[in-house]
Amino acid sequence: MKKMKDMLLTREPFAELVMGNTALVRAMIESGTRVVTSYPGSPTPEIATAIGSIPPEQRPFYFEFSTNEKVATEVAYGAAVNGHLSTVFFKSVGLNVAADTFVQLSMMNITGGMVIVLGDDPGANSSQNEQDNRHYARMSYTPILEPADPREVYHFYLKAAAFARSNGMAVILRLTTHVCHAKQKVNFGHWRPAVPDDTPAFDPANGPYIPLAALVFPFKKRALENLSRARKLAESQDLNTIVDNGNPARGVITAGLPFHSLMEVVKDIPKPPDILKLAMPYPLAADTVTSFLENHREVKVLEELDNELETEIKSLAFDRGLKVKIVGKRDLDDWMGEYSPDKVRIVLNKVWPDIVGLPKKEYPLEVAHRPAQLCPGCGHRSAFFAIKQALADTDITVADIGCHTLGFLPPYEMGQLLMCMGASTGIGSGLSLFNKTRKVVAFIGDSTFFHAGLPGIINAIFNQHPLTLIVMENGTTAMTGHQDHAASGRNFNRATEKIPIRKILEALGIKHIYETDSYQQEKLRLAVEQAVATDQFAVVIARHPCMLKFTRQRRKQANYRPYQVVIDQQKCKRIQTCIARFGCPSFVRHANGAVKVNPDLCIGDGSCLQTCPSSAINAPGPVEGGNRTVEGGTSHLQKESQ
Amino acid sequence: MMASVFNIFLTGVGGQGIGMLSEILLRAVDHAGFMVKAVDTHGLAQRGGIVVSQIRIGEAVYSPLIQSGCADLVIALERHEALRAMAEMLREKGTLIYYDAVWQPLDVRLGKAKTVKNRQIDDLGRTLNARVIRVHRPELQDARMQNVAVLGLINKYNLVRGVESIHYQQAMADLMAGAGLEANLHLFKNVQNEIKV
Repeated sequence: MKKMKDMLLTREPFAELVMGNTALVRAMIESGTRVVTSYPGSPTPEIATAIGSIPPEQRPFYFEFSTNEKVATEVAYGAAVNGHLSTVFFKSVGLNVAADTFVQLSMMNITGGMVIVLGDDPGANSSQNEQDNRHYARMSYTPILEPADPREVYHFYLKAAAFARSNGMAVILRLTTHVCHAKQKVNFGHWRPAVPDDTPAFDPANGPYIPLAALVFPFKKRALENLSRARKLAESQDLNTIVDNGNPARGVITAGLPFHSLMEVVKDIPKPPDILKLAMPYPLAADTVTSFLENHREVKVLEELDNELETEIKSLAFDRGLKVKIVGKRDLDDWMGEYSPDKVRIVLNKVWPDIVGLPKKEYPLEVAHRPAQLCPGCGHRSAFFAIKQALADTDITVADIGCHTLGFLPPYEMGQLLMCMGASTGIGSGLSLFNKTRKVVAFIGDSTFFHAGLPGIINAIFNQHPLTLIVMENGTTAMTGHQDHAASGRNFNRATEKIPIRKILEALGIKHIYETDSYQQEKLRLAVEQAVATDQFAVVIARHPCMLKFTRQRRKQANYRPYQVVIDQQKCKRIQTCIARFGCPSFVRHANGAVKVNPDLCIGDGSCLQTCPSSAINAPGPVEGGNRTVEGGTSHLQKESQ
Repeated sequence: MMASVFNIFLTGVGGQGIGMLSEILLRAVDHAGFMVKAVDTHGLAQRGGIVVSQIRIGEAVYSPLIQSGCADLVIALERHEALRAMAEMLREKGTLIYYDAVWQPLDVRLGKAKTVKNRQIDDLGRTLNARVIRVHRPELQDARMQNVAVLGLINKYNLVRGVESIHYQQAMADLMAGAGLEANLHLFKNVQNEIKV
C-alpha cells in the first residue's frame, strides 16, 4: 500500500497521480513553508487530509485548524511577520469571514511571505453561493495566480510562494472545485529540507505595522508598488500559455479550468481560434493581452462567473486605441455556473455558432432527484422529529450552516432561512422584534458555535431578544469531513481540554438552558416547549455524536458486529410515520405499502423505535449471515428480476 | 496505446464506495501505461447525495469533465443513478455496467415519485444501442464490497481495453493492505454470477 506520507516526504524528484489538493501540499513542502492554517470547507479539506497523513513530529511545517477563517488568516500573518513563509487556505465564502484582516494584508511588510489559497466554487457544488473572489483581489491590491489543473497547482504555488517571500507580501492562489479535485500525474521536484531558522524575527523597523488615519497612505503606496511588481510577474512567458492555431480572425482569452474546457470543445473543429490562457487574472498582463488583441480581428473573453477580465481587457483596448472586436458575456446565463466543456459549448455557440455546436441532447429523465440528506442514525433527525412536534406551524425556524441545514428538506422542513456561518441567532433576533405571535427558533451546530456563533448569542443576551436557540451538538465538524473543534477534546495535532459549550452559555448568564441527548425525543420535545414558553432568550442543547463518524470508528474495531432493526410485518399497520415523518433513508417503501429496512443502510441505532405508533420496529439485533439480504431492499430486487 | 479518448463515468450514492472504485480504475489505467485525467464530484455526497467520478483516458484529453452523451462506459452502483447517468452521459453503442442496489431517493420514499425499474434501463439501453450489464451479488456479506464485485466484471469483460487483471491488482495493492486487500482481491478474481440483460 502506497502511503501518502512517504510520497509527500520523498527527497528525490518523482511523478505521482494526485489530486490538486495533494499537489498543493507537496508544493508547500518543497517551498519551505513553515506555518499553514485553515478552517475546513469544501473544496479544500483534502489539503488537510494530505497534511494529516504526516505525523506532527515529521511534518515540515506547523498546521492548525483555527476557530474560523479570520483567525486562521491572523495566525498565518503573525507567523509571517515573524519571518516564516506561511499559508492559509479555506473555501470561497471563508474569505468573507477573513475579509477584515485580509484586506489589510497588502499594506503590510509580510517579511516571511504569505500565500492565501482560496477554494472557489463555481457551480455552487457545496456552498451557499458561487461568489467570484477575484473581486477581493482588486479591492485589496492582491495578485492572484489561477491554476487550471493539479500540475499548475504545484507549479503556481511554488511561484506564488517565491514571489510572496521575495517581496514580503501576500499572494492569492485561487483554486476552484474541479481544480482541487482533479487528478493527474504530476512531476514533482527535489525536497531539500533546510534547517529552519526559528528565531522570532519580528522587528517593528520592518514596518510600519500600525495603519491609522493619515498614517495609512505610505501603507497604501506600498501595496500599489507591490502590485506593479506583480504586473511584471503576470507577463511571464513561462506562466501564460498561447495556443497558436494560425487564426488571425478569432482568438479567445481565458484562464483557469475553463481553458481545458475550451481545448476540449475546439480540438476537433476545422478552424479553431487562437487561445491565450492567462495565469494571473489580476493584475492583468497588459502587454501580453495587447499583443494578442492586435493580432486578431475578434476576441472572445471566456470567463467563468463574473466579468473581471472582460472589463479590464475592454478598458485596456480603449486606452491603447485597439480596433479589435471584443466579445464578453452575452446574457445572464453566461454569469452563472461552472464553465464545464458542455457550458463552454453553450457560451461559444452564442458567439460562433458556425464552429461550436451545442451539447448533445440528453434523454428525457424519469428519475427522482436525490438531494443530500441526514445519514441513518443522525441525531439531527431525531431532534427535528421531536422539535417539529413542539412548535406550531406558524412558528419561524432559522437554520445555520452545517449538516443540520438539511433539515429544511421534507419531511422536517425545519430551518426556513439560511445565510452563512453563525448568522442564525442574529437573524432570529430580528425576527423576534414586534413579534408577539410567532415563536422564533434558531439552530446552530457546535463547530459553527465557536466559528461565528458567539457574537450573535451574546447580542441576544445583551439586547434581550426572546428567541430559542437550539445547539445541535455532534462533537465534530461533520459536514466537511469530521474535523475536530474546540469542544471535541482534540485539535489537529494532539489531545486538548474540551471547551464545554454548556459552561460557556452558563458563564454568559443565560437563565434558561435545557440539555438532552437528541435520541430522547420526548424529553427534547418538552425542553423545546418549555424554552419557547419562557419568552426570553433560551438555549436547548440537543446532543448526539455524529453517527457517520461513530459507525466508521466502530467498523474498524476487531469485535465489530453490525446491528440492524427489523420491522415486524405482523404488527406494522402501514401508517408509515417512519418514512413520512421520521424519514430515515434506511426505510424502503414497497409498492404495496409495506415498509422494510434496507440492509445496506441501517446501522442499528434504533432511534426510529420510538416513532412507530404500532411499535412494529423491533429493537436492533446483530445481523446474521443470511439475514442481510432476506429483509428489505435487496430481496425486493430479487423478486423483481425473476 | 489507445487510439483515441476513452471516457468512463462512475456514479452512485454517498457511502457506496465510488471514490475507491474510481481511484482503483485510475491507478490501473496508469499502471497499464495510458495517459489519464480524473475528477471526483462529491459536494454533500457523504449525506446520501450523488457521487460522481470521471476518468478520461488518452493523449488528447484536456478537461477531466466528460461532455454529456460522450461516456464510452458508465459504471453505476445504484439503479436510479444507473438510469440517470445513462440518460445524461452514455453515448450510443456505449456500455453500462451497474450494481443493482436500490437506495430509494427521498421522493420515492415519500411516495411522490416512482422507483426506477430494471425495464426502464433495458429500454433506454435498446434506444442507445448500448450494452447493459446488470450485477447482483446478494450473498456479499458487506455491501461496501459491491464496488469490487463490479470491478471484477469490468476486468472479466475487458470493458477498459488495454487494462489487464494485473493492473487492477497492482492498483488495489497501492490502495489497500492486509485482510481488506486479501478479501477484495479474492472477490475481484472470483466474481462470476452476474446477470446479463
